[in-house]
Amino acid sequence: MDVLGSVFGFIYQCGDAFAFLVLAACGLAVIFGMMGVINLAHGEFIMCGAYVTVNANRAGVPLPLAVLCGALVAGLIGLVVERIVVRQLYERPMDTIVATWGLSLIATQGTLIVLGSSVPGVGVPLGSFTVGHYSYSTYRLVLIVVALAVLAGLYLAFNKTRFGVLARATIQVPHMAEALGVDTKFVYSMTFALGAALAGLTGGLYAPTMTIVPTMGSTFIMEAFVTVVVGGADIFLGTAPAAAVLGIVKAAMTSWQGQLFGQIGLLFAVIIVIRVLPKGISGFILRERS
Amino acid sequence: MLETIARGTRVASLIGAGLLAASSAYAADPIKLGVLEDQSGDFALATIGKLHGIQLATDEINAAGGISGRKLELVIYDTQSDNTRYQEFMRRVLQRDKANVVFAGFSSASREAYRPIVNQLDGFAFYNNQYEGGVCDANMVVTGAVPEQQFSTLIPWMMEKYGKKVYTIAADYNFGQISAEWVRQIVKQNGGEMVGEEFIPLGVSQFSQTIQNIQKVKPDVLITLLVGTAQASYYEQAAAANLKVPMGSSVNVGQGYEHKRFKPPSLANMYATVNYVEEVDTPASKAFVAKWKAKFPNEPYINQEAENSYLAVYLYKQMVERAGGKTARADLRAVIAKGDVCMDAPEGKVCIDPKSQHMSHTIYMAKVGDDHSITFPKVWNDIKPYWLGDAGCDLTKNDPSQQYTPSNPPPKP
Repeated sequence: MDVLGSVFGFIYQCGDAFAFLVLAACGLAVIFGMMGVINLAHGEFIMCGAYVTVNANRAGVPLPLAVLCGALVAGLIGLVVERIVVRQLYERPMDTIVATWGLSLIATQGTLIVLGSSVPGVGVPLGSFTVGHYSYSTYRLVLIVVALAVLAGLYLAFNKTRFGVLARATIQVPHMAEALGVDTKFVYSMTFALGAALAGLTGGLYAPTMTIVPTMGSTFIMEAFVTVVVGGADIFLGTAPAAAVLGIVKAAMTSWQGQLFGQIGLLFAVIIVIRVLPKGISGFILRERS
Repeated sequence: MLETIARGTRVASLIGAGLLAASSAYAADPIKLGVLEDQSGDFALATIGKLHGIQLATDEINAAGGISGRKLELVIYDTQSDNTRYQEFMRRVLQRDKANVVFAGFSSASREAYRPIVNQLDGFAFYNNQYEGGVCDANMVVTGAVPEQQFSTLIPWMMEKYGKKVYTIAADYNFGQISAEWVRQIVKQNGGEMVGEEFIPLGVSQFSQTIQNIQKVKPDVLITLLVGTAQASYYEQAAAANLKVPMGSSVNVGQGYEHKRFKPPSLANMYATVNYVEEVDTPASKAFVAKWKAKFPNEPYINQEAENSYLAVYLYKQMVERAGGKTARADLRAVIAKGDVCMDAPEGKVCIDPKSQHMSHTIYMAKVGDDHSITFPKVWNDIKPYWLGDAGCDLTKNDPSQQYTPSNPPPKP
C-alpha cells in the first residue's frame, strides 16, 4: 500500500505538472506555434479569463459555465486585438513582440487601476481524496482530464473540420489559399481568437486555485513559451509530448529536491531538447515521418 | 534732496520687503520626503497601503501646520516591484530632488539594492517593513518588525501548543533564507526538530508537489514565509488537498491579508505575529481605521506595513522638531541617541532603539478562524529589537553599514 501510494503520488504529480504545461501552452501553441505571432500578451488573456470566471461565479453562475464565459470573453477580446493591432503586423513579426508586450503592460496596469490590487477568490471545488498516506485535491484531477480533452479537441478541430484544413492551408501558403478563394483574413482572425479563448479557458480553470491579481498571467508565461518552443509548430504532436517530458522532469526534480530544482530541471531539459532537436519535438516527429 | 531721501527710503523699504519675502520663503521651504514604494507589479497589493499611510500622515501634519512651520512635501515614485527601479529612483530622489529623507522599500532584495546608494550619497532612509533583521546601518531607520520580535514569540508558543516537529516553506531570496535560519535556530533552542525546509522561487504558483513533500514528513507546525501574490496561491491549493497542519508566519495575514482574499477556510489555523492589523481592537486602532477609511474608502486592508509607514512620518516629524527644525542626518541621529524617540502609535507605544535604529513593537498573535475572522489569543507589549544591540551593533559608536545574520554576527568590540 505504501509503495502503491507513492507510485500514485508520483503519477498524480506528473499529471498535475503536465496539465499545467498543456493548459498554459495550448493558446500560445495556436498563436505562436501555428501563426508565428509572438504573443507576449498571452498571460493577460489568461488573467482576463480568470477575472471573468471569478466575477461570473460570484454573480451566481455555476463554475463550469463561468469558466466558459471566461474563455468566451477572452476570445472576443482576442478578436478585437487581432483586428486592431496584430493584423497590421503579420509582415513584421518582430514588431508584434513590442506591440503585444505593450498590450500586456496596459492590461496589467489597467486592471490594477480599474479593479484594484486583488479580487477575492472563489475557493477550490470538489474537496479532496486520500490514497495511502497522502491526500489530494480532486479538482486537480479534473484539470488533468480537461487538459487531455483540450488536446483531443484541438487535434480534431485542426485535422477533421473544414475550418481546421482552411486554417492550416492559410498559415502554410497564404497566397495560394487566397487564390483558391479562402478568406484568409477571416481565418487569421478566428485562429487568433481561438488561441485567446484557450488562454481564457486556462485562466478560468486555474482561477479557483490561485490568487486573482493583475499580474497572475506572468506565472504562466515562462512555462507556456518553454512548452511551445520545445514542442515546435504542431499543437498535437508538439505540445502534448513536450508537456509530458517536461512534466515528468519537473515533478521528479521537485519531489527530490524542492521547487527550485524543479525549475532548474525544467530549464535544463529545455536547453537539451532545443540543442538536440532545433525544430522542437514535432519537427523531429514530422521529419521522421516524411 | 527730499526726493533723493524719499527714493532712498523707497529703495530701502523695497530691499527690506525683498529680504522679508526671501526669509519667509525660506521658512516656508517644504521638507521633501521621498517615497519609493511599489504601486505596480507583484508586490503592489501589500504596498499600496504604505503609500496611503504616508499620504494620510502628511495631510494630517500639513493641516496642523507642518513640521517646525515647514510644509511636508512628498516626492513619490512607483518602483514597480523592480530592484533596478529602486536604484534608479533612489539616485534621482537624493540627487535631483534633494529629498531630506526617503521612505523606501518592501522586499529585502530591493532594500539591499538601494542601501549602498543611500550610503554612497549619505542619505537618510526609513525602511517601514518587517524583514529578516540584521541591518546595522546609520543611514537607515527600520520601523518594521524583525525576527526576534516575530519568531521568538511565535515559534515557542506554537511548539508548546502543537508539537516540536517544524517544517518551513520560504520564498527563495535573502528574506526567506535568513528568516528560515532564524526559525532553525529558535526551533533548536526550544528543543524542537526541523523535519523539512523548502525554498520556493518568487513567482511560483503551483504547489502540488510541495504539499505532498510536507505530507510525507507530517510536521506538527508549518512555518510559511511566502512572499508575493503568486506564492499566496499555496493556501488555496493546500486547503484543496486537505493539508491541515497548523501554520505560523511572520509575513502572511499581516502583510498580504490572505484571510480576506481567499475563501474560508483555506487559511484556518494560521497564526501570524504582527505588530498591527486593522482588526486590532483598541480605541487607538479603531480611531486610526476610521480616519483611514474616511480618506481611502476603497482600501481593501490596512496591513502592518501601512501602519509602520504612517507612524514613521510622525517619528520623523518628532525628530526634526526636537532637532530645532534641522533636517541634517547628524542632528536627527543626535535626537535618536537620546533613546526616547517614542510615540503612541495605533498599535501601542513604540520607541526607536539608538543602538540599531530599529523599533520596539507591540506584537499581536493573530489567529485566523474557520470563517477567516481574526482573534488575538496573546499580545506581547513592548518587544524590543534586541538582537543587533546584544550581538554587538552599536550605531552610536560606529557604523559598519552591514547586514548581519545569526550565523554571521557583528564582530565583538
